[in-house]
Amino acid sequence: MNAADKKRLLREMLFARRFEERCYEAYVERKIGGFLHLYPGEEACAFGVLEAARPGHDYVITGYRDHVHAIKCGADPKEVMAELFAKETGSSKGRGGSMHIFDVKHHFMGGYALVGGPFPLAAGMAKAIQLKGGDEIAICFLGDAANNQGTFHESLNMAALWKLPVLYVCENNLYGIGTRIDRSTAVVEQYKRVAAYNIPSAQEDGQDIEKVFKAAQKAVKHVRSGKGPYFLELMTYRYRGHSMSDSNAYRGKDEERMWSKRDPIIMLRDRLIESGDLTKAAYKTMDTEILDQIENDIIAFAESSPEPRVEELHKYVFAENDPWVKGAARGGDK
Amino acid sequence: MAQIMFWEAVRRAHDEEMANDPMVICMGEDIGVAGGTYKATNGLYAKYGAERVIDTPISENGFTGLAVGASFLGVRPIVEIMSVNFAWLALDQLFNSAAKVRYMSGGQLTAPVVVRSPGGTAHMLGAQHSARMEKVFMGIAGLRVVTPSNPRQAYGLLKSAVRCNDPVFINEHELMYNMKGEVPDNEYFMPLEGSEVAREGRDVTLFGYNISVHWCMAAADILSKQFGIEAEVIDLYSLAPLDRAGIRKSVSKTHRAIIVEEAEAPVGVGSEVMAIINEECFFELDAAPVRVSAENVPIPYNHTLEKAVIPDANDVVAAVRKMFGK
Repeated sequence: MNAADKKRLLREMLFARRFEERCYEAYVERKIGGFLHLYPGEEACAFGVLEAARPGHDYVITGYRDHVHAIKCGADPKEVMAELFAKETGSSKGRGGSMHIFDVKHHFMGGYALVGGPFPLAAGMAKAIQLKGGDEIAICFLGDAANNQGTFHESLNMAALWKLPVLYVCENNLYGIGTRIDRSTAVVEQYKRVAAYNIPSAQEDGQDIEKVFKAAQKAVKHVRSGKGPYFLELMTYRYRGHSMSDSNAYRGKDEERMWSKRDPIIMLRDRLIESGDLTKAAYKTMDTEILDQIENDIIAFAESSPEPRVEELHKYVFAENDPWVKGAARGGDK
Repeated sequence: MAQIMFWEAVRRAHDEEMANDPMVICMGEDIGVAGGTYKATNGLYAKYGAERVIDTPISENGFTGLAVGASFLGVRPIVEIMSVNFAWLALDQLFNSAAKVRYMSGGQLTAPVVVRSPGGTAHMLGAQHSARMEKVFMGIAGLRVVTPSNPRQAYGLLKSAVRCNDPVFINEHELMYNMKGEVPDNEYFMPLEGSEVAREGRDVTLFGYNISVHWCMAAADILSKQFGIEAEVIDLYSLAPLDRAGIRKSVSKTHRAIIVEEAEAPVGVGSEVMAIINEECFFELDAAPVRVSAENVPIPYNHTLEKAVIPDANDVVAAVRKMFGK
């Protein structure tokens, strides 16, 4: 990873941070409804892993904290914001919402709101890749708490059994909603749990994007070479509550302060400044440009976009004009 | 037109669709090397190999979800869930993923997965192996539910379900796999929506589906021969959506309706068909519609008790006679 790559990633992560912070404001302003799960603090996970993979080519799936993964895969941030604003121009045409961002043309296969639901879906995409003989891999991002669902074990078993090209990335932010991991999980170190399925795994610092990138390179290489699944645990922290309805009262201030010192964006920024590849002024300019883009380009687009039409309420329930549904019976003996 | 057994019809549909499209695969417990509990995939493992005829671990929600994920990328999986009782475990992936993904992605993704599973009360299998779950599946937006009553339908519906771009649940019956019936020798596709007139009549409509069509047919025979009542039998092979036009047409002709279901009455096919009759053709009725359905208890092991739970042709005859005061 050279200095230019690092600067680009810094900008991408800062963009993601500002995007999510602006979502927070829009939620408070009641422009965004429903549940909203924000990503600040965890940016190095999505950007580090996907930088080592091939976003737009590899198939990516995740849970409900999904805006940033979609954007890194290539989704237009305007469409993601418009989706949050429940508009027809949104990535899911205002039918999905924050937890269901999809951008299939960039192989972002969606955010899903049942904890652990994407585990088997990712294995299935990997099965399809295997059948077709493609060089893509499936990448599934989920939190630590999802590993206590049955789908975790069922999917890892099948992925290992059939050597499916799937990379499971565990973003371990230490809390399952409001319950700390050691109060819900017998084995706290998640990468150890997959040993039961003979799946190679690693644990890495999820706040340092260079470390994440390096660990992910190894993981992606393993999966793409046809050796089967891999499990990468990234130790990270979300700055906000689980969702906007979470007061975050279950965490100590000391703990939050400790993690804020290991902010993935600040760490990379300071490193670039130290090496002489970035000035404080250039960083400030970068930030200003991002804030302008979000306000004048992205928010403006979402605000001014039309709502979905009630006349189209039933669109997308079933395939339209599917010949196998209503057509007269075909064939047979006359 | 050959007479073949129900399981042979299902097997033939699998075989033809797998030969037609290399993206069609099938998966489930014991369906490969063992050939399937009801032989519905017999011989396919040897013909198409382990990559496409997949023996799964006993992880219903996991392998159903895996099939759904594969279908996102254009694979057309036919999943067999060995018994519908086990499908409870797969409802998360069927309902939350397969049925909703097209809608919540704004039409970007679709899950063209077929899940087949035998339900029904067979013989002394007890409470946890005797469920009739069609009522659960038919209430979920985004999921198609069909239920064949004979080998021809089993063949033609599976063929169409594989090619349809929506997720389809096929409700089969444990007691019907050895039932014989005519299936066209040429390739044949049935429309997934609709109903069929299994027997024409003018005095009363008997609505059945899957195994209860056979009770209705036997009852219609008795009613005609012994009581001079000509019953029309409508085969509701599509449970989701139900054929509103077909229901209206027959009730408008006979003016009387009896719905016969193997499941317990609450929140079921019978209550739904009654609601449709109310909405579509209430003023055509000469008598209040009646349900013939199972007793609302978990299925007992003891065979005498078990028989007392599930209706049969005699119960249908009795309901019609009561309606006519004969």
